Parts: sequence; C-alpha cells; structure tokens
Amino acid sequence: MNGKLNDILKQLLERCAVSMDASVCGAAACEVPSGFFSDAGKILKAAGFRLAAEWASDETLFGRGFGVYAAYIEGRDHIVIKSLLPPDDPAFPTLTRHFPAAYRMERQIASLMGLKPDGHPDPRPWIRHEDWPEGVFPLRKSFDGTKPLGRVEGTYRWVSAEGEGVFEIPVGPVHAGIIEPGHFRFQAVGEDIINLEEKLGYVHKGIEKRFEALGWEEAARLAARVSGDSTVAHAIAFCMAVEAASGCVPPPRAGHLRAIMLERERITNHLGDIGAICNDIAFTFLHCQFATLRERVLRTNRKVFGHRLMMDGIALGGVAADLSDDAFVAIIDDLHVLSIEFERLVRIYEDNPSVEDRIYGAGVLEPDAAKALGVVGFTARASGQRLDARIENPFPPYDKFPPTVPALSSGDVHARAWVRVEEVRESSRLIRELIREMPEGSVRAGWSGPLSGLSGFSVVEGWRGEIIYWVQCAPGGGINRCMVRDPSTMNWVALEQAVKGNIVPDFPLCNKSFNQSYSGHDL
Amino acid sequence: MENVYSALMQALQLTIVVAGAPLLTGWVRTLKCWMQGRRTAGLLQPYRDLARLFSKDIVLAENASWIFRFAPYVVFGATLMAGAVIPLISFDLPLGATADIIALVALFATARFFLALAAMDTGTAFGGMGSSREMTVASLAEPAMLMSIFTVSLASQSTSLSQMAHVITSTPLVLRPSLAFALLAFILIAVAETGRVPVDNPATHLELTMIHEAMILEYSGRHLALIEWAGMMKLLLFSSIGIACFFPWGISGHGDPLMLPPAFVILAAKLALIGIFIVLVETGLAKMRLFRVPEFLGSAFLLATLGMLSFFILE
Repeated sequence: MNGKLNDILKQLLERCAVSMDASVCGAAACEVPSGFFSDAGKILKAAGFRLAAEWASDETLFGRGFGVYAAYIEGRDHIVIKSLLPPDDPAFPTLTRHFPAAYRMERQIASLMGLKPDGHPDPRPWIRHEDWPEGVFPLRKSFDGTKPLGRVEGTYRWVSAEGEGVFEIPVGPVHAGIIEPGHFRFQAVGEDIINLEEKLGYVHKGIEKRFEALGWEEAARLAARVSGDSTVAHAIAFCMAVEAASGCVPPPRAGHLRAIMLERERITNHLGDIGAICNDIAFTFLHCQFATLRERVLRTNRKVFGHRLMMDGIALGGVAADLSDDAFVAIIDDLHVLSIEFERLVRIYEDNPSVEDRIYGAGVLEPDAAKALGVVGFTARASGQRLDARIENPFPPYDKFPPTVPALSSGDVHARAWVRVEEVRESSRLIRELIREMPEGSVRAGWSGPLSGLSGFSVVEGWRGEIIYWVQCAPGGGINRCMVRDPSTMNWVALEQAVKGNIVPDFPLCNKSFNQSYSGHDL
Repeated sequence: MENVYSALMQALQLTIVVAGAPLLTGWVRTLKCWMQGRRTAGLLQPYRDLARLFSKDIVLAENASWIFRFAPYVVFGATLMAGAVIPLISFDLPLGATADIIALVALFATARFFLALAAMDTGTAFGGMGSSREMTVASLAEPAMLMSIFTVSLASQSTSLSQMAHVITSTPLVLRPSLAFALLAFILIAVAETGRVPVDNPATHLELTMIHEAMILEYSGRHLALIEWAGMMKLLLFSSIGIACFFPWGISGHGDPLMLPPAFVILAAKLALIGIFIVLVETGLAKMRLFRVPEFLGSAFLLATLGMLSFFILE
C-alpha cells in the first residue's frame, strides 16, 4: 500500500470513523457508519478520486441488513467504501452532491434493492419499469426470481419542455434497424436538440439475480454473456474477482492468452465500430470494407479459439484451452494482413473531405463534463481523460507489457473514432509482443471456491472501457451477490450531454460513436 | 394512321417507364455492391421487392384518414403522368403537347404535396419531421429546377420537352456555356429530388436522419409498393429529363419506326452510364449534414442563374 493511499485512509479514519474491512480482496476497503457514507466520498473527491461504481448487497444471510458500497479510483489506487444499513427502512446519504455519476446508480439501487438514497434529486425509478408492482425489489433475498412478475398500470414522468416551437420526438424502444432497444426522447426546436432524455431497461434480464442461483463455473459462463460483444472482457473480470477472493493466481501463460483474447476482442469491435460510424454518414464503402476486415478476424477466432467471439475461452483459474504454435502463426499472419488493409482504409477515412465535414465537431463531450460524469473507456480518452484499467489495475501480463494509451481532447465523433484507430494499432502491437514472449507452462491453476463472507473486486479494461465486478461469497459457498458494472453504466448519461446543441439528424452518428451496450447496462 | 402510331408510341413509352424503372434501380444497386466488394442481390431484386410488397396486407394506423389511403395512388399517378410527357425514345408523344416543363414540375410537386400531407396525417413524430425536411428541400430545389430548365427553353425557344429535345438534336452541335451551367445545376437538383447521397440516403434504417423515407415509414403493403415504385420511376424520369434536355441525340424522330430499336439501345446505354455516374458519386461521398443542403441547392440555383445570364450575354 503506497503513501498516498495511507494518507487518504488516515484522513478517513480521523473524520469518518472508518474501520478497515479485510473481507474485500482486490482493493483497499473500509467500513464507515452509514451517516458518513457521503462524507467519505467528499474526502475522496478532494483527493482526486472518481466514483467508479456504487451498489448494494442484501446481507440477510450473514445475519445483518443491507450493505451499500462505493468504489473510488484514482490512478492505481482503488478504494471500496462500505456502510451497513438496517434491514427495516434502509437509507443512506446520497453521493450525487459530490459525484453526478451516482445519479443513475443510486436510482438503480433504490429501484432494485429498495434502499433509499437520502437527498437524491430524482425519485424516479431506473431500470425498473413503471408496470412493475409496488414494493417489488428483485435483488433482495426475499424476492423469488423463479416466479413471473405481475404487471400493473403505471406512468413514467418525463422531463418536459415548453415554449413556442418546442416539440418532442420519441424514438424507440423498437427501432427501424436491428439494434438493441432503448427509448430516446428529444425536445427540439426545429432541428436543434435542446434536451435528450434516455430511458433504458428494456433488456433487463435479471442477470445479477441469476448469478446468485448459479455455481461458480456456470456463473463464469453467465458473465461471458452479459454483453455479447464484450464476452472476453466480462469473463476475465468475473474470473479475476473470484480468483482475488479465493487467492488463486492464474499461471503466466494463461495471463498472456487472456490478454491476447482481450486485445483481439478490442480489435474486432473497433473495426466494426469505425465502419458503423462511416455507415451512419452514408459512406457505405468503408462500412463494407471494415466489415470484411472484422469478419476476417472473427473467422481466425473461430479457427483458433473455436468460437467467433471467443465465448467461454476464459475459465476460472486461467483459460479453457491452450493454443498450439500453429495457432500463434495463424494469429500473426492474420495481423499482418489486417495491418496493411487497415492502414489503407484509414487513409481513405482521413482523406475524404465529405467524411471530415460530418465527424469533426459533432457530438462534443467536453473534457470537464467527461470528468464530472466519470466517463470511462475510449469515450473518456477522446475527451482528454487518460484512463485505462490496463495501466491503473494491470493484471499480468499488462504489468510487463503496458499499452500506450492514446488520448485526444476534442471529444467529438472524430476523436472517438480516432482513439479507436490508434487502439487497433496498439492492440496489434501488443498481441505480437505477447506471442513473441509467450511463457511455457500450464494454462489453468487449480482452483477452489472462496471462503464465505469474502468478496473479490476486479477492474478490467474491455474494449468499451473499464468493467468492474464485485463478487461476494455466500455463507453456503455460493454467490451472495455479483455486481456487474459495464462501462455503459457510466457512459450512457454522457451521450445526453454530448448531443445538446447538435441537430436531430446527427444524433444517430453521435450515438454510434459512443456505441454503448444496452444489455450490459440493463443487466 | 399517324394517330395510331402516336398512340402506340405513347403506350410503349409508358411501358418503358413503368416496367423499366425497377431495372434502373436494380442496376444502381448492383453497381454499388460491386463497388463495395459485396455480393449482389441481382438486377431483378427491385421487381421481387415490389411483388413481395404487393402480396402483403396493408397495416393502417387507426387514425389514418382518406388522405393517407389516397396519397400512394396520387403519387404513382402523378409520376406516371410525368412519364407520359418526357420523350424517352421518340418525340411522337400526343400527351407531350398537353403538359410542358412547368406542368411537369407541378406534377412532381403535386405528388410531393400529397406525400407530405399523408406523412403528417398519422400524427407520428417521424412523419412530421420528414415532411418538414422534404418541404425545405423542395422549396429550394423547385425554383432552381425551373431556372435550369428555362435556360434550356431559352436556347430552344420552347417549354415543351419534346420540342426542346427536337430543336437541340436538329441544330448543329455547338458548346454552349449556358447549357453547361444549366446541366451542372440540373445534376445537383436531380440528386436532391431523387433523394440520393449526399442529400438523402435511400438505404438507411436510421429514422432520425431520413428525409424521404421518414415520410413513408407508416406505409405498408401495396401502398408502400406504389410509393417505392413511383420513387424508382422518379429516378428514371429525372435521368430522362436530363437526357432530353442535354443529350437528346438518338431519340427517334416523328413517324420514324425504324429508328426505334437503335433509340431504345441508345436510351439503355445512356441510363446505364447515368447509373455508373450515380454510383461513383455515392461511393465517394458521405451524406452531408442536413443544414448543408440549403447551401448545396443554393449553389444549384446560382449555377442555373449563371446559365441564364450567360445565354443573354454570350448567345
């Protein structure tokens, strides 16, 4: 534990009556009385920490009420603050005063766990739809997830705008294209957007609840299905959290293989996204070319890993299967062709003035706003925030092979596309290096379930940004609570800010440049 | 005898417009696929699409009025009427005398007016949005279109398309700056009027970016088929107006049936070339921001004005 973290902890000790909590593995953790939950956040904010996640856990099985948790990150320091709440009328002081990022996470806690954030400015539910019956809190242990939920009539109170010429455009949740469902409500004057309000939760599947009914191996498979395009990153994050709690260290070769898969997933998705951005401005030529490239990577994945998206390639304690030398040759050959083609396409992208006209200055997310909202991933890096969990919380081999993280400050569609271009290049370099320095040995460590009451915390940089898992072991040996925080949880709200002042027909382009996950957000 | 021949010509011409329009669209889509390295759905896919739509039931919004049900027929009818007066392979068009170029623009305007009304009829946000955008484009494109065509009319002393084309083919070939300007203006307008990239994207699924497509989102079944078909005809007709005004050579003269087969081949060749031109533009350009469209059409108007001025100054 370094000096700075010690200072912070000392401050917390003096002002918030904390006690260290040894049950959380993978991050420093302290317990504060619930009255000081918000004050601790204030101290951490002053020290430069950002709020990375906030969640609650029903700890009835441990013979106590509820736990409310907040994870803060600054550079390489990760702190989890925990408060215990009584089982009847549980409430905690809101963090929204210090961290706007807590806004939706606390609404979600109130909606799904039934803990009241005192002083929260917005009492409306989040994720929970208006047609759910009163008093249903699915994340509580008393809720039976196997029975269907009744439906009642209800209404959602939208933010409204009034004035001459102001009108509303409701879009979705079902769209004209085959994309995930989400509702967007615009208030516009002519074509100018004056406000956008998102409503998500249409793909809420109860994943967090489902985790609690599964064994460890099955749970790892479920984590790989939280958001299909980030299957590797989610699986690694889940496994790392469990491994941290059980004290298991995967062998070095497994680390390398995990990193190769993670970087390949990054390349695949970035290729698809850059093409999709071009498609949204009707520059279909590049869309098709990038799709072809992406398909090439996917087919190599199928050949080498047995699955196009590399689903279930990650296993607790390591990876599911070793790769042969032939497989490494195939990956290197693939990268070689990819790099040449990619650079050719990037030149076309850069040189076309009609493309340039659309992407520069569209959907600007100012660096200040990005920082205040706690935005993560390439979205943050396009808005001047040099955040990357591969640097901040490196799992081996990233400690020995640190990536160069690109950061741009303009925060527009171009910046978000360009960060991805740079990341494709960087990931290709990393994969080559990881294969060159591939250690020998086994790919899976022996593994046993963590002890009751312990919890594991992990942060992994998926292609969208940092994915956080917190897995708490139940008294019987199963999972008591598995918290999933996809980067989309942080970034969706930033889209609302980025489109203000843009025109309505530019929204799809801005949205595509963020490309956040509905499934990972709604859980 | 002459009347019978003319009537036959008219029928033949309408057949070409109605039956050939999906083929031109299919050609453009095929070329586009080739340019992007994709496999094509074949030249005949638009016919299959129309057949599929005609065989489907119509889903009507509960609050749709007669305007909504009526509009597809008006749009198709007006476009068909326009197809009757533009010389494709022969100048022998009895109906050609009934409507000159001004009436032609008015026919397209009628179709657009009813489509915009129908789009607002169901009261959805997208319909209103599409109508408002379409009208913005139209209010800028129509004057520019008239201006551009008038330049050609001045040169040929007539506002009847058949007459205009006839005069141009029968006078010796000279390069006229006025016509060059008018042609440039016409190309820009035709891109906007037919809803092609870079003004509109006919292939998009993004509701918020649509112009023309936003208006017809609520249509289904044979209504949608008629509107789609009219859209394909419009592409053919705007190509034909361009051919008749600027490259009319090869259109067969009065009472000259032997010239018909070559005229038909020449028309097909010209349309094929136009298809290639469209695809080259669409492959090389991204769609422009909506607020650039007025500038785009403003420059079309400017070019047309320059054409007209240069006619008075130079010719």
